[in-house]
Amino acid sequence: MNENDIILSVLARHGNDGTRLMQILRETQEALGWLAPHTLTTIAAGIGWSRAEVEGTASFYSFFHIEPRGRYRVLWSDNITDRMLGNQDLMLQMCQALWLEPGRVSEDGLVSVDTTSCTGLCDQGPAVLVNYRAIPRMTAEGVEQMVDLICTGTPLSDWPAEWFNVVSQVRRKDRLLDHGLVPGQALLAAIERGPEAMIAELKTSGLRGRGGAGFPAGQKWEACRNSPGADRIVICNADEGEPGTFKDRILLTDHPDQVFEGMTIAAWSIKASRGYVYLRGEYRYMLETLQAVLDRRRAAGLLGRNILGQPGFDFDIEIHHGAGAYVCGERSALVESLEGKPGRPRLRTWSLSVKGFLGLPTDVNNVETLANACLVAVHGGAWYAGVGTAKSSGTKLLSVSGDCARPGVYEYPYGVTVAQVLADCGATNTYAVQVSGASGITLTTEEFGRRISFEDVPSGGAFMVFDRRRDMLEMARHFSHFFAHESCGFCTPCRVGTAVNARLMDKLAAGHGSVYDINELFKMHRLMQGTSHCGLGSTATNAIHDTLTKFYPAYQRRMKSLDFEPAFDLDSALSQARQMTGRDDSGAHLSNSEST
Amino acid sequence: MSQDTFLLDGEEIPFTRGQTIMEAARAAGKFIPHLCWHPDFTGHGSCKLCTVKANGHLNAACVTAARKDMTVENRTPELDDKRRTLLQLLFVEGNHFCPSCEKSGNCVLQATAYELDMMSPHFDHFFPDRPVDASHPEVLLDFNRCILCELCVRVSRDIDHKNIFALSGRGIAKHLVVNAESGRLADTDFSLDDKAAQVCPVGVILTKKKGFSVPIGQRRFDATSIATQVTEAAAAAQEEV
Ligand SMILES: Cc1cc2nc3c(=O)[nH]c(=O)nc-3n(C[C@H](O)[C@H](O)[C@H](O)COP(=O)(O)O)c2cc1C
Ligand code: SF4
Ligand code: SF4
Ligand code: FES
Repeated sequence: MNENDIILSVLARHGNDGTRLMQILRETQEALGWLAPHTLTTIAAGIGWSRAEVEGTASFYSFFHIEPRGRYRVLWSDNITDRMLGNQDLMLQMCQALWLEPGRVSEDGLVSVDTTSCTGLCDQGPAVLVNYRAIPRMTAEGVEQMVDLICTGTPLSDWPAEWFNVVSQVRRKDRLLDHGLVPGQALLAAIERGPEAMIAELKTSGLRGRGGAGFPAGQKWEACRNSPGADRIVICNADEGEPGTFKDRILLTDHPDQVFEGMTIAAWSIKASRGYVYLRGEYRYMLETLQAVLDRRRAAGLLGRNILGQPGFDFDIEIHHGAGAYVCGERSALVESLEGKPGRPRLRTWSLSVKGFLGLPTDVNNVETLANACLVAVHGGAWYAGVGTAKSSGTKLLSVSGDCARPGVYEYPYGVTVAQVLADCGATNTYAVQVSGASGITLTTEEFGRRISFEDVPSGGAFMVFDRRRDMLEMARHFSHFFAHESCGFCTPCRVGTAVNARLMDKLAAGHGSVYDINELFKMHRLMQGTSHCGLGSTATNAIHDTLTKFYPAYQRRMKSLDFEPAFDLDSALSQARQMTGRDDSGAHLSNSEST
Repeated sequence: MSQDTFLLDGEEIPFTRGQTIMEAARAAGKFIPHLCWHPDFTGHGSCKLCTVKANGHLNAACVTAARKDMTVENRTPELDDKRRTLLQLLFVEGNHFCPSCEKSGNCVLQATAYELDMMSPHFDHFFPDRPVDASHPEVLLDFNRCILCELCVRVSRDIDHKNIFALSGRGIAKHLVVNAESGRLADTDFSLDDKAAQVCPVGVILTKKKGFSVPIGQRRFDATSIATQVTEAAAAAQEEV
């Protein structure tokens, strides 16, 4: 097939439907390597959208390439935990061996090496994605071998199979991970209860959203059910983009039936006929396995028409891929992405329960929330509320990574103390814990008695441990770059603010900062927290704020002067002139204030 | 039936159901700073210049519905301070060299900066590389000044039905593109008669061969401030009624 035929066949497979643009772009790119200008033109004509709109989508996502890329595309996962495990040295080693600069494609078009945001393999880092296939536990020897395989043009299918082995490190099981359910059991229980009673049980259970915001699941389902509409939609949010979070990966790998069954119970309760799993691009490697589980469920009458013999209970699930955009975890950005558009959070004019995917009432739930719904269906709401705290019923999966002996997933009843988790994971000399990812909260040793719960320390699932060797300024700086990279760019405070913050943090880390810059950061924190359009911008300064208020010595150490200093540094402004004249002798430098 | 009202900086503002705070304020001659909002189109909510405090919560006035008896703070020192910072962020994000800009004096960004006493850009400039597109016979696109308000995008899509413009990329790298494989405006069916040719609040979409026909000093915002003009326009509309 020539290029054009390949594009046309992808388009045909998706019925030339523009709302499937994300999938069309991904499959086209998998076949052609990148999305060339004429490819976008052909796709735009095929789906009947303007070319500019198609370009808008293609250019938004990190995993779509509108410029040529290497045949081997190596992306180093760059969470702070990957850094703590030495990913930077390994990446440098790889680049040197390949005679390559990070971010550049080799001249023969063979390979490119770059970084990417957290890939959800923090408990087995440093990790890389090679052509979007995950490879955990990289070592110096691994890098050497990989360079050989790349240089000899060995196809990925001939690489050592064990390299691609992502393991589930489950360290503590409780009610959810020990559910003991067989496929269909929870769904049958829900059907026997009936939709209204199922929702009532969910409300009794007190189950709250596990994706971060903690919205009561029962209330959300009820709102959706009560919204008028010809059809309804259930979406499983498997974007899991918050740095340091990988608990949904465990559920999708070890308990996919529970996740799909939770979606099906939601569909039964709210009268939905279509379900989508929005799976982050980093989890591309799961696709075939998950498809097989869906097939098995169809064959068992757990999906499709007249599910479990219930006349008119028709529901099916499709897996859609993200393509490297953290903001698409935000529920309305996710829906935009699912409709083929850039992941830009919607205005809050309409709740998704009223007008969501394609204008239909839509329920968006996190993977873990849906898996928990199975427990409520089988055991009832009162049983479910039997563990946890007053406002946080049930258990929570924590993704533990960083400086500890036993990283992995831990399931605890809500209310567990931070100290307990630290003891269980074998953390010693702990200096700080970052709960709930880059947008979360930084805890000091004095706060380790605090409890994981919506009342005290809420957590989307990340739990990153830092011991006394670590520099908390470096963590905050790292996250500031993460947010600058992931800002969708819609609103001014976040689009420009995250970029300004990253610059300020670099300046401080390089030892060129002063109290002036600290005040600037506090000002940006107040501005962005208050005026940003979505949760990304309003939480993007949390780590900066927390480390500034709780770990100030880390900043003080780096400050050139504790007094105010002008933002303008004349000597560094002259660096361009030095470069042009090829001079770098002492006479080409202004003597700086330290020597006077 | 008595008219529903809300309080804006202590003054009662009448509104009709479905109106945003911005629309109601505008009709009453009250200026709420704005950039991505245009009186002829629905709110967009991206620049955040119109951020007000409604019942204690920060909200964008152009996309927030007015509600009976709500208390809205608008021109307070705290809010104008935030707005000034937002303006400064916009100025350093692009390349704005007002003295040589054809739009100077007619530019909403510049007029708003004057109104809010923005004395300097404050932050380090980003100096993005945004080449000018002079390919079109009638129109020049100077992307250096684009503030990504998407007015041209929305108007070309919803009014002209041509979809000439879109935003590409994300984060600070976000930029305006046109609907052509070549990336050149000349290769689109854009025309000076398009409504989208008239909506840019800053100096990106410029008519060729008409440069500086009105001297600087006699332009839209040179004589009276943007806030005064809003008040005067509302008073004039009132008189007509
Ligand atoms: C920037 C941003 C990223 C988010 N990422 C995720 C995510 O990866 N997974 C998730 O379930 N929720 C995420 N959320 C929360 C979702 O918007 C939404 O609240 C959640 O999916 C609802 O499901 P739940 O009620 O079951 O938690 C994110 C929110 C924001 C603002
Ligand atoms: S806060 Fe950031 S991510 Fe959210 S809409 Fe604004 S620019 Fe986009
Ligand atoms: S060109 Fe003008 S109207 Fe269009 S997005 Fe940029 S600033 Fe707004
Ligand atoms: S005018 Fe309201 S956000 Fe731009």
